[in-house]
Amino acid sequence: MITRRWFAGGGLLGLLAALTFFGAPPGAADDGGAGGPAEPPKVELVLDVSGSMRARDIDGRSRMAAAQQALNEVVDALPAETQLGIRVLGSQYRFPGSPKAVGCRDTRQLFPVGPMDKVQAKAAIATLRPTGWTPIGLALRAAARDLGTGETTRRIVLITDGEDTCSPPDPCEVARKLAAQGTHLVVDTLGLTLDAKVRRQLTCIADATGGTYTAVQHQKELTGRLNQLVQRAGATYRQTPRQVAGGAQCADAPLLTPGVYTDRERFSEHRWYRVRVAPGQELRASISLSLDRRLNPDHGVLLRAVSTDGQELVRGTDAGSGRTDVRSTGLRWAERQVKADASPTSGSGSDLRPVCLVVSNSFSSPAYVRTAPGMPLELTVDLVPSSDAPGGPDLGRGWLLLVVLTGTGLVAGLVMGWLARWRVATFKEN
Amino acid sequence: MRAAPLLILPTAMLAAAVPPLSAGPAAADEPSPPPTVGTAGTSFLTATTVEPGQPVRVSASTGDHLYWSFALAAGQTSQVSVTVALPPTGDRHGAATYTADVFDGLRRRQACTAGPQNATAAADAARVDLRCTLRRVRAWAEPWSDDPLPGTYYLRLSASALPEQDLGLPIRADVQITAKDGDAQPTGAKLKAPLSPSVNPGATLAPDAAAPAAQSGSPSAASSAPKPAELVKGRFSWPSGRWWWTIGGGVLAAAAAVAGYSLTRRPHRWFSAPR
Repeated sequence: MITRRWFAGGGLLGLLAALTFFGAPPGAADDGGAGGPAEPPKVELVLDVSGSMRARDIDGRSRMAAAQQALNEVVDALPAETQLGIRVLGSQYRFPGSPKAVGCRDTRQLFPVGPMDKVQAKAAIATLRPTGWTPIGLALRAAARDLGTGETTRRIVLITDGEDTCSPPDPCEVARKLAAQGTHLVVDTLGLTLDAKVRRQLTCIADATGGTYTAVQHQKELTGRLNQLVQRAGATYRQTPRQVAGGAQCADAPLLTPGVYTDRERFSEHRWYRVRVAPGQELRASISLSLDRRLNPDHGVLLRAVSTDGQELVRGTDAGSGRTDVRSTGLRWAERQVKADASPTSGSGSDLRPVCLVVSNSFSSPAYVRTAPGMPLELTVDLVPSSDAPGGPDLGRGWLLLVVLTGTGLVAGLVMGWLARWRVATFKEN
Repeated sequence: MRAAPLLILPTAMLAAAVPPLSAGPAAADEPSPPPTVGTAGTSFLTATTVEPGQPVRVSASTGDHLYWSFALAAGQTSQVSVTVALPPTGDRHGAATYTADVFDGLRRRQACTAGPQNATAAADAARVDLRCTLRRVRAWAEPWSDDPLPGTYYLRLSASALPEQDLGLPIRADVQITAKDGDAQPTGAKLKAPLSPSVNPGATLAPDAAAPAAQSGSPSAASSAPKPAELVKGRFSWPSGRWWWTIGGGVLAAAAAVAGYSLTRRPHRWFSAPR
C-alpha cells in the first residue's frame, strides 16, 4: 500500500505517507523534516550601494532605482514564513574620496533576518543612495553571520554591479570557505552589468556555493529573478544534508544510517563510510560530487561498496567532460540469499553486516587552483527490504500460444470424431 | 496491459451498454488539465516534482542547471522533451550546447533510446529542442545492474558548452514529460521498495552502537523474508495477463475441439465421401 502511494505522488508524497504510516504526528509530517524543530527559511539580500550604482543603464533608470524597486516588490511578495534580512555594502563612505581602510569595512545590516515589518523595510530601502566602495568578501562573511547556524539551508542573494574593490579577501575564496563551514549556505548572484570581470567573479562565487548567476539588463528580469530566488529558498531550504567527515580507511569510517549527508573530498582522495546491513536488506547509496571550481575538462567519480575484509561488492561510476554542476553515481547491493542459510537464525543485532562505501574521484585542476577545501560531496544512504529474483513463469501468453492451443484442440477434435465414426461404422458392419 | 481478446469484447459491450458510468469520470478529468509547473530545482535534493503529463515552463539564466523529478512505475516508457528559448541573438557570442540528462533515483545516468539528448544551437538560433526516450522500466533487476526500475527519475537541463560571456542571460525552458504504460518485465517480479531516495538528513551512529533505532520503523529482516503464502500469491497472482492468455487458449482449444468433432459427425462433402 505504501508502495502504491510512492508511485502516485512521487518523493514528497511518499515521504509524507511513510511518516504518517510510521505514526509520526501530522504536524511533523507537514514539516517534511526529520522531526527536528521547525526552522523558518532564512534569506539575506546583500545589496551593493557603491558609487557605480548611479549608472543609468537599466531601462533608462539608475541601477540603484531598479534595485530599490525590485527589493520593494520582493518585500511585498514575501511568503509569510520566510525570514528576510537586508545587508548593504558601501553605503557610508564615499568612493572615491574616503580612505580604503574605512571604505573597505563599510557594510551594515539594513534590516535584520527575522519576521519583516514591510512598511519599515520599505522605508529603509528608500533611504539608500549610491555611495562607496565594494567590499563583497567582507559583506558575504557578515551576511553568513547574520543568518546564523542551523540545520537548514541558508541563502544569500548578492546584487552587485562592480567587482570587489577591496580584495583581499578574494570574495570567491570567502564564499568557498563559508560553504565549507558547518551550515549549508548557497549564494545566488545577480550582476547589474555585463562587465567581464564582474561576471567572472560572480560566477565563481555562485559555483563555489552551488548557487546561480544572472546578468540583469532589464527591470523586469531583476524583479522576476529576485522573486524566484526568494521563493525557491522557501520551497527547498529543508532539503539540507547532514555534515559528516568520512574516514581515511574502512576501520575508522563513520557509521551511517539512512539519510542524506554532505562532506568534502579533495582531488584523488578516498573517503570511507560504513553502513550496517541486516540480512534481507538492500543497501542503496548514491553520491554527487560538485564541480565548485575551475577544473580540467575530463573527470569522473567512483563509488564502491567494499566488505570489511577488502572485497569489492559492487561499484557505480560516472565520467564525463565539459561543463556540468555535479558528477553523480549510485549503487545497490544486497547479500545473495543462500537457500541453505534461510533457516531462521533470528538475532537482530549480531548478524548486521558492516559494508564500507568508498568514494573516489579522478578530478584535476590547473596548477593555480586551490585544492582546499575539497569539493562538496553529497551522499545518500538507504536501507530497504531486498527483492528476490522472480521465479520462472508457470503460465503462457501471446498469440502463438492461442494458435497452438486452438490447433491442437481442432486436431484432437477431428481425430476423436473420426475415431468415433470409424468405430460406429465397424460396429454397424459387424 | 493487454487483456485476452476473448474478454475484450464483453468488456467493450459492457462499456457501450452503460455509457454514463464509464464515460463519467473520464469526462470529468478532461476539462481540468494539470496546472503548469513554474519552478525548477537546482540540485538533486531540491528538484521540483512533476507529474508525467504536467507541462513545465520556467524562466532561468543560461548556465543554470535545472532539476525536475518525476515518478515512473514498472512497465512505463517515458519520453522527455525540452524546448529552450534562447536569449536574444544580439547578446550571444557563439554556439551553445544544451543537454538533458536523465538519472534514476540513485542518481545513475539513464540511457536515452531515442534523442537528440543534446543539441548545439548556432549563434543565431532562437531555440533548441531536446528529446529523450527512456528504456522501459523493469519490474525487477539484479542489484548489480543499472536497469531502469520503478521510482523517482531526475531530469537535469544544463548548458554543457557555451561561451563564458553568455552566462547569466535570460532563457525559458519548456518541459513535457510523458509516460506510456506497457508490460513490465520480468513478469511476476516486484521491487519491494521503489528507487526513491531519502531526502532527510541522516544521522551517524557511534561505532559500537546497537542496531539503529530507525530500523524499528522499517521492515526488519525477519518480516522482509518472503512467507510461503506470499510466494504462492506472487506466482498465481490474479489477475495476471498470463492467466487470461492461458485460460483464453484453453477455451479456444476446447471450442476448436468441439468444432472439429462436430465436423466429422455432421458430414460435409470435403470431409467424407457423399452417401
